[in-house]
Amino acid sequence: MLQFLVRRLLQAVGVLAVMSLLVFVGVFAIGNPVDVMIDPAASEAERQAAIVALGLDQPMWRQYLTFVGNALQGDMGKSFVYNQSASELILSRLPATFELAVMAMLIAVAIGLPMGLWAGLKPGSWADRLLMTISIFMFSLPTFWVGLLLIMGFAVTLGWLPSGGRGETRELFGVPFAFLTWDGFQHLLLPAFNLALFKLALVLRMVRGGVREQMTSDYVAFARAKGVSETRIVFKHVLRNIMLPVITVMGLEFGNILAFAVVTESIYAWPGMGKLLINAITVLDRPVIVAYLMITVFIFIVINLIVDLTYTLLDPRVRTGGAK
Amino acid sequence: MLLEIKNLEVVFPMRQGDLRVLHGIDLAVEKGEILGLVGESGSGKSVLSKAVMGLLAKPGRASGGEILFQGQDLLKADAKALRSLRGNRIAMIFQDPMATLNPVLRIDAQMLEAVQGHRKMPSAEARRLCIEALRKVGIPAPEERFLNYPHQLSGGMRQRIAIATALLNDPDLILADEATTALDVTIQAQILSEMKALCRESGTALVWVTHDLAVVSGIADRIAVMYAGRIVECGPTQEVLSRPKHPYTQGLLDSVPSAAQRGQDLRQIPGLMPSPSALPPGCAFNPRCLRAKEACRSNQPVMTQTPTGAFACFNPLSEGDRA
Ligand SMILES: Nc1ncnc2c1ncn2[C@@H]1O[C@H](COP(=O)(O)OP(=O)(O)O)[C@@H](O)[C@H]1O
Ligand SMILES: [Mg+2]
Repeated sequence: MLQFLVRRLLQAVGVLAVMSLLVFVGVFAIGNPVDVMIDPAASEAERQAAIVALGLDQPMWRQYLTFVGNALQGDMGKSFVYNQSASELILSRLPATFELAVMAMLIAVAIGLPMGLWAGLKPGSWADRLLMTISIFMFSLPTFWVGLLLIMGFAVTLGWLPSGGRGETRELFGVPFAFLTWDGFQHLLLPAFNLALFKLALVLRMVRGGVREQMTSDYVAFARAKGVSETRIVFKHVLRNIMLPVITVMGLEFGNILAFAVVTESIYAWPGMGKLLINAITVLDRPVIVAYLMITVFIFIVINLIVDLTYTLLDPRVRTGGAK
Repeated sequence: MLLEIKNLEVVFPMRQGDLRVLHGIDLAVEKGEILGLVGESGSGKSVLSKAVMGLLAKPGRASGGEILFQGQDLLKADAKALRSLRGNRIAMIFQDPMATLNPVLRIDAQMLEAVQGHRKMPSAEARRLCIEALRKVGIPAPEERFLNYPHQLSGGMRQRIAIATALLNDPDLILADEATTALDVTIQAQILSEMKALCRESGTALVWVTHDLAVVSGIADRIAVMYAGRIVECGPTQEVLSRPKHPYTQGLLDSVPSAAQRGQDLRQIPGLMPSPSALPPGCAFNPRCLRAKEACRSNQPVMTQTPTGAFACFNPLSEGDRA
């Protein structure tokens, strides 16, 4: 176990190092921030002064080393635009994205799991075929298009839910969250649902496939032969077996949701990390872009680790060692 | 009579039409009796046992006949009544011990549900009952094994646990479908003799299903031989083993290793069992039968009663043939 953790930690450091290099080089290729940031009417002297002040006169490798040196001390540089620590800026937006992602995940599981069970227990029924068709749409329709459709439907036409923004927030452990107020919760629903659709289809299909496979397994036949009720077979025997892969995939998908909330956050003007990234890219706010990417990679690594550990805890075959 | 199967037909509806897998099965099991049900793979033994349990794989169903258990027709019983019989009055053990236990549930959960699904019993008492059953089937340190997960146990142990689970409610009948086939020979022999002793002790009837005639010869009171979805011969074990009437039974006997004379090759029955979708006209065994006559190729032989059993053959073996 300890050996496993150490190995994973070393891998993580390696991934971060490689990532930092890629990100740094990649961001340099986008363009020169000075052209975007400085008033075009500024004099050449002012322009030069700004370049020196931002450290952009240095050769790239030196800029990189400076960046790594600072990053190791937890300093990802200052935003060119906000003149504020880039990492603090991003972390201040993290709770918004985080609650959006968690809500999306909850919606995906809360709807996808029972639907998947229903479809899987009645293969070939009209319900099964209907759900499978719907899930294909969920997979293939572009998120931004569905997002706009949801706004049109629920915000503009019906007027049930707000079309954008985060609404009122309330602090929990000093961190503001929207879901704690009714207004904020209403603001959260549409973007979370939009973000959930793809995962919902994924859960639905995984659970359906799992149920169909497990229901014909020998242990289910034996449970039936013992006189165990179908309800107990589904919820105690089969569901446990299906939950392992579902939890694993959902855990990994959680990282994706965090990272790819960009589109949804933009459509719904949700003040999360993704929205910040889009703004940073348009003004070439390099430190913010770099810090965002590094933090995202870091979050991915942590989530993967948590998923692995959870799996170990949940699967008795892994937890208690091999056969005698 | 404990179990009486009368003229049972089982079909699997397919796109091309109904696939008939069991044809007019007649079989009876007396209280406390051990019956060996023998036949090559594909003869319909598993389908027959599952039909009795009401556990036919969809879309399979019994399309005719009766399955009378203690006088009650199981084919007419509703799902609730069947469930209260299963694991309680009739228990079943399956072939693959590695797959019959749920990998993510502990043994205690899987045994306790078999008790508590059928009778109200305080948890501590139910646990004692389970551990006692584990001890009876020869599991060392049953209190510890009881808290294990299946993967922590060997195949032999797991099959013993399945047997212990089947015994929990003192059933009147146990169906064991190839229950020792996946295990190695020594463990198979051990489990067979233990099983026989346990059933004798509790007066439980046992139907031991196997493709291996040698396995049942030591345990069964009576043997029923199946071929292509029919019972072709049945009778007391000694009678069937020493004076088989049906050429198929003789063929099975000849292919048992211990029956072969020294220096003589094992004689396998030539050819393969026909699939239910391509049965030959007449007796289903006729293309593989060395004794087949004209009648065998056109007519279906009916069961002929003998003083002790029955067989379905137009040209049965007689004393002269065996000499
Ligand atoms: N679910 C099913 N669908 C269609 N045919 C089946 C099914 N189960 C069994 N059969 C057919 O029934 C016949 C008997 O099978 P089975 O009872 O498993 O044989 P045995 O147990 O004697 O080896 C086989 O020919 C098989 O093809
Ligand atoms: Mg079988």
